[in-house]
Amino acid sequence: MSRIFFDSGSFTKMDRRVLEAMLPYLTERFGNPSSIFLKEGEIAKSAIEEAREKVAELINADPKEVIFTSSATESNNLAIKGLALARKNKGRKILFSQIEHYSVLNQADFLKSLGFQIEYVKVDKDGLIDMDDLDKKTRDGAILLSLLHASPEIGTLEPISEVSELLKERDVLLFCDAVASCGRIPVDVKEMGVDALSVSSQMLHGPVGASALYLRKGVEIVPLMQGGFQEMGIRPGTENVPAIVGFGEACRLAKEELEERRKKLEKLGKRLWDGIDSAIENIHFTGHREKRLPGHVSFWVEYVEGESLLIWLNLKGVASSTGSACASNIFARDETGLRASHVLTAIGVPPDLCHGSITFMLSKDNTEEEVEYVISVLPEIVDTLRKMSPLYEKHMREKIKGGTHGGTVQ
Amino acid sequence: MAGPYSEKVMDHFMNPRNMGEIEDADGIGEVGNPVCGDVMKLYLKIENDVIVDAKFKTFGCGAAIATSSITTELIKGKTIEEALKLTNEAVAEALGGLPPAKMHCSVLAEEALKAAIEDYRKKRKEK
Repeated sequence: MSRIFFDSGSFTKMDRRVLEAMLPYLTERFGNPSSIFLKEGEIAKSAIEEAREKVAELINADPKEVIFTSSATESNNLAIKGLALARKNKGRKILFSQIEHYSVLNQADFLKSLGFQIEYVKVDKDGLIDMDDLDKKTRDGAILLSLLHASPEIGTLEPISEVSELLKERDVLLFCDAVASCGRIPVDVKEMGVDALSVSSQMLHGPVGASALYLRKGVEIVPLMQGGFQEMGIRPGTENVPAIVGFGEACRLAKEELEERRKKLEKLGKRLWDGIDSAIENIHFTGHREKRLPGHVSFWVEYVEGESLLIWLNLKGVASSTGSACASNIFARDETGLRASHVLTAIGVPPDLCHGSITFMLSKDNTEEEVEYVISVLPEIVDTLRKMSPLYEKHMREKIKGGTHGGTVQ
Repeated sequence: MAGPYSEKVMDHFMNPRNMGEIEDADGIGEVGNPVCGDVMKLYLKIENDVIVDAKFKTFGCGAAIATSSITTELIKGKTIEEALKLTNEAVAEALGGLPPAKMHCSVLAEEALKAAIEDYRKKRKEK
């Protein structure tokens, strides 16, 4: 059997049709879009504008509100620092949800060095933003909130429109990282009421090297780089035309096939969830049960460590991801680089228990056969590792002891 | 395949040697690492101060399982005095090296071994 890719939170396979759309721009159709008096430039420029329309259409924006960047990390940096700097006379307080991506969270120190304060808005045990905490923290002087649409680690979908309503009353801008959700479920910037939003090409079967930042008309931003007039001067630098063309095509396909993809993901995700739930004891699913990304299954199993699970799955041909500290930063100088996932810690999984976490994030390319295969191999892997685990041994002994003393046998 | 672990680590991870328990062990050492949550339990069978059998059970990452496994191999047939000289560096070296952040797993193996020998000595005194 060929590899089974259940790690679509990190990458997706580029669609063949996307490659076809890109090829001319990697070969004969070359040119700098800024060379406006040249035929080559005209061709490149119109290709970018066409792609911009396709991205805009997928998220229900105006093409003028779409800025191309090189990666989701760049979009997230441009959004947060750019919006904060544009509003620094209004206030200095920036809010992050506790479960933001590293490309958001790790801006904190730099923002502090620029004179901003960072506060973190709590999430509940399912990963949903705590509206009371948000209410409290937006009462005085906050200028911006960064809240992701869906957590790639636990799959929970945040109530973005409810949040944006509150923020509008308080004159707080809302930036939303929709990298994990876009292309899987409808992402409508108007309905969501966001001021800025990021989308990534590589997460929706487009090429790596292109990403977009939606910026609502009228919202001011300070560019982080200075250069030419590309992307309205907000993101100078010669555009990556082939990648942008591919990104546009990937968005067009995502829009066209959204319902079909969503339904497929929902079905596969449900089967995977039920299958492993019934085959493995002492398993705990993470994230909200209903309000979640389709095709996303995340959990932790007791008495087993996540990195070991991940390696075994990999050996059996299955790509997944883990929030285990053991796998966090293995090449760090020393063990201080190892930290349990901030997302699992935020939803209250005790640090000594989140080690066994695994995330399966499916894509349109996965099949029922692949799901069945994973359902069949995962229990074996868990069993192998549990047989090796002194914690499991202790658990089993207590279970037996509990039984003989008339206690509850679970 | 060039993953973060050496071939030797992967071999011991996939085919752990001496995994299990010794029912009538003469010394048992159980140690834990709060950073990783790793728990290592080492069982020793000792005759005339020689380690005649060693088995382990480990909850932890790939490196934790591999270090436990190779430690049992390294100490079998050795006298207690010889075994006590085993350092965590030697354990890591025997595995073809470990990533820096995983060196603590080899420390854990060394500690489990020392704890098991200490347990054996304590039990002998009691006898």
